[in-house]
Amino acid sequence: MSGPRLVRLSEHIVEIVSDAGEGAQKAAVSFAQVCAKAGNGLWTVEIIPSEIQPPPHTTGSASGNRIRLAENPVTNVGNLANVVFAFNEMALLSRFEAGTVASDALILIDDQWAEHDIEAYRQSYRRVLNDVRNKGCRVMEIPLEKETLRHVDNPQRGKNMFALGLLCALYNKDLEIAKGVIANVFKKKSQEVIDTAIKLCVAGYQWGLDNFETSYEVPAVPTDAAKVAMNGNTALALGAIAAGFDLCSMYPITPATSASHVLSDMFEDFGGFVHQAEDEIAAIGVALGASWAGKTALTITSGPGMALKTEFQGLAVMTETPLVIVDVQRGGPSTGLPTKIEQGDLLHALYGAPGDAPKVVMAASTIEECYYILSVARRIAEQFRMLVIVLSDANLATGQQLFDRPDVSHTPRRAPLDLSPVPAGTLPYDWDPVTGLSHRLIPGQPGGMGVITSLNHDRNGKACYDSERNQRAHKMRSRKLAALQKSLQPPEIHGDPDGDLLMVGWGSTRGAIEEAVDMARKQGVKVSSINIQFLSPLPPGLKEIFSRFKKVMTVELNYSDDWGDPLITEESRRYGQLAWVLRATTLMDIDCYAKVPGRPYMPIEIRDEILRNVETPSEKVPAESHAKA
Amino acid sequence: MSTIIQDCLEETCAINPHSIEDYQSEVPRWCKGCGDHGVLASLQRVMRKNNVDPENVVTVSGIGCSSRLPHYLRTYGFHGIHGRALPIATGVRLARPEMKTIVTMGDGDCFSIGGNHWLHAIRYNINALVLVLDNEIYALTKMQVSPTSPAGTRSNTTPRGTYLQPMNPIGIVVGMTNVSFVAQTATWLPAHLDETIERAWSHNGLSFVRILQRCPVFMPKAYGEGGLNFPLVFLDNEDGIPINPALLKRGPAEAHNQRDINEALKVAARVDPAPMGLIYHNPDLPAYEDIRHSRAKRPDHETFLDRLDKVMDRYAV
Ligand SMILES: Cc1ncc(C[n+]2csc(CCOP(=O)(O)OP(=O)(O)O)c2C)c(N)n1
Ligand code: SF4
Repeated sequence: MSGPRLVRLSEHIVEIVSDAGEGAQKAAVSFAQVCAKAGNGLWTVEIIPSEIQPPPHTTGSASGNRIRLAENPVTNVGNLANVVFAFNEMALLSRFEAGTVASDALILIDDQWAEHDIEAYRQSYRRVLNDVRNKGCRVMEIPLEKETLRHVDNPQRGKNMFALGLLCALYNKDLEIAKGVIANVFKKKSQEVIDTAIKLCVAGYQWGLDNFETSYEVPAVPTDAAKVAMNGNTALALGAIAAGFDLCSMYPITPATSASHVLSDMFEDFGGFVHQAEDEIAAIGVALGASWAGKTALTITSGPGMALKTEFQGLAVMTETPLVIVDVQRGGPSTGLPTKIEQGDLLHALYGAPGDAPKVVMAASTIEECYYILSVARRIAEQFRMLVIVLSDANLATGQQLFDRPDVSHTPRRAPLDLSPVPAGTLPYDWDPVTGLSHRLIPGQPGGMGVITSLNHDRNGKACYDSERNQRAHKMRSRKLAALQKSLQPPEIHGDPDGDLLMVGWGSTRGAIEEAVDMARKQGVKVSSINIQFLSPLPPGLKEIFSRFKKVMTVELNYSDDWGDPLITEESRRYGQLAWVLRATTLMDIDCYAKVPGRPYMPIEIRDEILRNVETPSEKVPAESHAKA
Repeated sequence: MSTIIQDCLEETCAINPHSIEDYQSEVPRWCKGCGDHGVLASLQRVMRKNNVDPENVVTVSGIGCSSRLPHYLRTYGFHGIHGRALPIATGVRLARPEMKTIVTMGDGDCFSIGGNHWLHAIRYNINALVLVLDNEIYALTKMQVSPTSPAGTRSNTTPRGTYLQPMNPIGIVVGMTNVSFVAQTATWLPAHLDETIERAWSHNGLSFVRILQRCPVFMPKAYGEGGLNFPLVFLDNEDGIPINPALLKRGPAEAHNQRDINEALKVAARVDPAPMGLIYHNPDLPAYEDIRHSRAKRPDHETFLDRLDKVMDRYAV
């Protein structure tokens, strides 16, 4: 027997979905590990049902993963899925409803529904399969439960391992790696469980070899470099430990919570605390109190929680108490889309607190960056006595990326609290007149007693109300941002340093933007991109970079009015949030591609936007002619 | 031994290296006759008596007339934002359990805007001296009704009289899970105030002290014209707050077992006459920060790195 014909590909996207609880998640995670161990570049995203216990066999119940595997490192979720492996037709339908499946995709589906006892299932199975065939998909009906039954009594438990074997056959993966992965995945279970899982996996593999006409080869370069795979929230949690944080104070909120789950699981072993406060206001208050008392604290939340934290943000700024807030953004406003991505909190992070409250705002652009960003945030918070807001989002939070295993030996040794006496009269805000920087006093230092206050105050910390000292205090707090800005580098340009179009992004859209730029450049378009990590203070050199391109536009996952929409004119158009900031700071006519799909952009969507924007005459385009559907 | 004699002894024998001045900073800016002056003085006396180093004391407050206290007490003070003193204090407790922690709040600060934090701080049982200076009015913002304003109070937001009955905060606190220390005293009873703060100072846990406070400017009629004519009863118990015989001119004493929650609940439900003294005390409840610190020990650097590396193993591919 010759086996399937092998087709070489540089990358592929496969989605594996079942009813919640049927194990597609486990099959997918295991398959992703097989790919990772084989040396493929990888990005996986969880497909999460919207409810805790959704009714089975409905689109709302679909649960699983999307896996993008590639020859090279992967920086985003990618485009349309090439393969969907569904355990029932409703799970399959849910993926088409999400609009993320290619019209010529290969569909693998359990055939048990074709002759199921329940007439409604038989009908809907036939209807959905007809529909997807009509779209142009190739459908392969798999006797998933039937074959699984030959090896175990309860096919519900075990068909996912059969599916894993099948995927290994489809992608021509080494069965030995899969066996190792299974042993690891079930390492807390009995040997019998492991043996059965392996038996099923082998059976699935064999079935695949016997029945697939083609199989895919996404070549992988096995490396010796140690790698880890984790999602962005886990990376934040581990990054917080590595950064030396003592306390994370939080109130549960999707999609930030899982970071505190990871921390809660292990923080005590590192001498740290997760404090689940009574609300988000208390959460930031506890973090602020701990930080003022000399420890290193952060609070982690999402949009609605950010809103509640604003008054305390002002207090942190006013008292110059170091503090880090992580905002894992979700769709807003209000409860919005709790589990979905949006980059809607940028302006809130920058300007949400009342009064002038200068603070640092940074955004993580990859999962790997989620790990390192808290060390940077902590250093800035402490050195500048500032509030640092770190923006992540639901895409980073639940996606998994493969990256180089962090070298923990770089973790700095922690110095004990310096409680040495200070001369009486030492000022709590001994502002350097140029930089605004000052040394902070830690409670317990003899000689440093005094009050810090939310009221305007002078260098001695005492409340004062006159205009001169109010102006000075504002100046000093603001000056620290300018001092920090001096130490930042201009952003690196992806592509040529000049051209027709520059796409400007921030946060997790980076990978998709860069990939889109690469695609468009291959088509001959003179397009480049940058990712802005520091949103406050903005890095130097932006205006100069922008001036080298005929057109500059931001790519953001937040709302803007579209050109051509009813009533929308140059005067009434509301721009994407980064565009708003950049227009204000550069006085340049910066356009935006800013939408709220509730999912990451696919690189092809951005590529199409690039093409739309270079099709127009290359002169600077007057606003009216921006009109496009 | 009376406080005065002890003070003299200590001064002459130089047992106590601290003087009252060690706990004084700015000149208080409260109005003349304001009860807050008395609370400040009492705290300074108790601190001196306990011979505490001011650098090892943290005083956190919210916003209100009463929350200005940290400006006038020479410790590490944090004059925070309205209603939020307790979360800040909780953070301090988790970070630095070795610091003595005082929290001062007004009635609006604690019972209204800070209500959620109030309940939960009691449940956490952080080790802090929590003083609520209750003048039954919002004073700093110039006379608006407070949750404890007596029925019918005319304020700037209730010019025709309040609509609701006042809240009984003592009833709420004593009913709260994990409560460990509840006392009530008044600014016009300085000796009782001193003894109450002294007693609360030594409690390991959250000592909640409601201090009925005179505000001659906005609530001159409250508490029977600032205590002149205010029905109260002193709770009497060996291990409670001593009742100086002179106090008995203000009201009778009544035996009370502050260790018995049921008795305490009964007393707490009474508002007229107001129960003064130690209403409930359970010295055996662990403080939140002690529980947390007993479970989280910071390992040495090498162990720290080792553990972090092991965590990485879980995510290794
Ligand atoms: C968030 C917020 N809301 C309102 C205020 C205005 N405010 C300041 S103090 C106060 C009430 C003061 O009353 P209380 O807490 O009883 O303290 P007192 O002044 O009587 O001592 C109010 C409403 C504020 N500072 N912050
Ligand atoms: S207004 Fe009342 S509470 Fe405020 S300082 Fe004056 S007397 Fe005291």
